[in-house]
Amino acid sequence: MSAPALEIRGLRKEYRRGVPVLSDISITFPSRGITAVIGPSGTGKSTLIRCINRLVEPTAGQILFHGLDLAQLRGKALREARRRIGMVFQEYNLVERLTVMENVLSGRLGYVSPLKAWLRKYPQRDINAAWALLDAVGLTPFANQRADALSGGQRQRVGIARAVMQGPELLLADEPTSSLDPKTSVEIMELMLALADSRRIPVILNIHNVPLAKRFATHVIGMSGGNVVYDGPPEGLTDDHLKQIYGGEDWLE
Amino acid sequence: MNSTVLAARPPAFLPNWPARLAWIALAAYAFYAASILDVTWDRFVLGLEHGVKFIGRMLPPDTEASKMTLMMRGLYETLEIAVISSALGILISLPLGLFAARNLMPPWVTWPMRFLIAFCRSFHQVIIAILFVKAVGFGALAGILALTVASIGFIAKLFAEAIEEISLKQVEAIRATGASFLNVISYGVLPQVLSRFIGFATYQFDSNLRNSTMVGIVGAGGIGGTMFAAFQKFDYDYLLTILLAIIAMIMVSEALQNWIKKLYQ
Repeated sequence: MSAPALEIRGLRKEYRRGVPVLSDISITFPSRGITAVIGPSGTGKSTLIRCINRLVEPTAGQILFHGLDLAQLRGKALREARRRIGMVFQEYNLVERLTVMENVLSGRLGYVSPLKAWLRKYPQRDINAAWALLDAVGLTPFANQRADALSGGQRQRVGIARAVMQGPELLLADEPTSSLDPKTSVEIMELMLALADSRRIPVILNIHNVPLAKRFATHVIGMSGGNVVYDGPPEGLTDDHLKQIYGGEDWLE
Repeated sequence: MNSTVLAARPPAFLPNWPARLAWIALAAYAFYAASILDVTWDRFVLGLEHGVKFIGRMLPPDTEASKMTLMMRGLYETLEIAVISSALGILISLPLGLFAARNLMPPWVTWPMRFLIAFCRSFHQVIIAILFVKAVGFGALAGILALTVASIGFIAKLFAEAIEEISLKQVEAIRATGASFLNVISYGVLPQVLSRFIGFATYQFDSNLRNSTMVGIVGAGGIGGTMFAAFQKFDYDYLLTILLAIIAMIMVSEALQNWIKKLYQ
């Protein structure tokens, strides 16, 4: 087996000195499929995801992405690493006043010069890819509508299209289904799985919905109090593990 | 209902005595100031009589050809001063406002910027115009410089405040794509503030148009000089012509602004 796409070693994050949100976490992520990070609110799942593409600055540790330590990067090197990592957000984080097409193409902003981006002079190859992605997420008729005119599920599809538009080698998703209804949540998970599989890239996402995680994930990380308490396949996740992760047991019934 | 229990409850709305006292003090000071300044009803009535005579001397407006030519030249110059100073002011305010926004820039950048902006707005346009007339001489250049400075003080501050109110989630998403700083600004920040920027810019143009009719009084170019001369020569009928022309100009600009704002909704 080749080197893993992403490996985290001794990752530590303190927002306030001496109060670690993540305490020395080490995880080796599989190079394919969906890895679901589960755990109670406030346990650092979101911080973990955001440390990977450095939207949050790690306090200590290594984040090895194809052997490159992301934690050490600065300036241009960091931006070039970010281009290779797509990200999907809980609240979609679309630029609301731009059109759907502009939002999808903004996934190429790491590759396009400011002047060309301002003039919307994207390479034809990118524009073709954007149309193909809009077809894939079923939003072609909305291409020239403003993003704030869409429903939640449609916005998240645009968010996914933007992330995949980067041509990433890794897809991160920070609670991609938490703002969506159950049916749309399943559709969004299916869409991410299909797009990631066809591009052969791994997905790391955090999620509150344990059944959804078990259904789609090929690997599960269970976190509690800033520590990893489960790291294995979804089939191995027992009620005992869930008790350990979330605490209590009344909610399991 | 048990009325004794109800009576035992504290009042739902407590009187705010400090605020009441402040209002009473303010009213008392207003009366005191009026008495010191000899503002009385008799003086007001007397003033009204003067006013009626003054208006009588303004009518009918003077539309003699040579005076109309002079007025139009002044109006054109006023318009030119307003357009150039607005354009310069907006252009300079865009980066200043960005660098003064505390949610995007570190304190060591925002503090000097905020100081510069505050400096630009510390004096009234007419005072800045007097300074520039002394510095670069009579004429439109002084007016343009004065109104440019005043515009910066005003809209750079509004730009900065608009940027401080944007949603950082959208900025974060653009940053996550690996976009360069300028691309983050043009895709993550500008779309969120553009329509407000247009609003501020058109408002500032409107403001500059009115102010540029005034800087002429201190010799900084435009219709103000002509208007002030008409005042001093008791040419009240010509003055009325100028005032009507200014009103017409402001009305046209108002209509134009509404159209522009609709365009960028």
